[in-house]
Amino acid sequence: MKVGVVTFPGTLDDRDAARAVDAAGATSVALWHKEADLKGVDAVILPGGFSYGDYLRCGAISRFAPVMEKIIDAANGGMPLLGICNGFQVLCEAHLLPGALTRNHELHFLCHDQRLVIENTSTAWTSSFTKGQEVVIPLKNGEGSFQCDDPTLAMLEAEGRIIARYVGENPNGSRNLIAGITNERGNVVGLMPHPEHAINPLTGPTADGLGFFTSVLKAMVK
Amino acid sequence: MAKIVVDVMLKPEILDPQGSAVSAALPRLGFTFAKSVRQGKRFEIEVDGQPTPAQLAEVEKAAEKLLANPVIETFVVRVEN
Repeated sequence: MKVGVVTFPGTLDDRDAARAVDAAGATSVALWHKEADLKGVDAVILPGGFSYGDYLRCGAISRFAPVMEKIIDAANGGMPLLGICNGFQVLCEAHLLPGALTRNHELHFLCHDQRLVIENTSTAWTSSFTKGQEVVIPLKNGEGSFQCDDPTLAMLEAEGRIIARYVGENPNGSRNLIAGITNERGNVVGLMPHPEHAINPLTGPTADGLGFFTSVLKAMVK
Repeated sequence: MAKIVVDVMLKPEILDPQGSAVSAALPRLGFTFAKSVRQGKRFEIEVDGQPTPAQLAEVEKAAEKLLANPVIETFVVRVEN
């Protein structure tokens, strides 16, 4: 089971994402933004960071990187694809997920351990959790406020496509406390907090994040 | 020389925390005129000679695809001399 982890110029969390993939029992494969080659991977992660310096809008330029064309095609064909933080922003810019991520409502860059509740456990990236399970993983972003129009929000709610919500105070102004969403098919997931930083209590707040990576292994075995 | 200008603004219903911060800073400096402030982006595009209708149509396409995110933003393309 090979999981590709994309590196754009300005990506920060590719190494932690690769480490999380390996810890879950899969094999991580480095993918370079300039190469339109997925190297035979079964799933792809777009990790966090500040790709292209967040110039123009977060994820706006990365979305047109050569590797993204292949990724978008594969995801439309059902390949599991997870975007974390900046990766979530890229997925929205690529229109693989609805909505957009905008500046945190209080403008501060956030960095803290965040409690989430997992609400949809039928996606490729969340099947290791139980519905209603609470997890604690780091949240660190400047532009993590999930925004969309009212009909889109109603559709996400009605179709159960909100995979995780913030518990407690709204950290960044996201509509309906949205921390992560999925596409209709359940193979593409965008998540603002960082599960790859919480795979081992020695280096993170918990090991709660590991579930996202073991989920995709199960999805690929099916 | 003429240039093509693209103004990009967040849609009215999208929260603009940067504009709000500017709006809050103005009265602290004694400027009391603002009911509200919204912050946007301006792109200035140089072309050879006077912009043609075909070029403007291309800029519209580029604005839709790259310069603005139509999910949260609106844009206006115009020529400035």
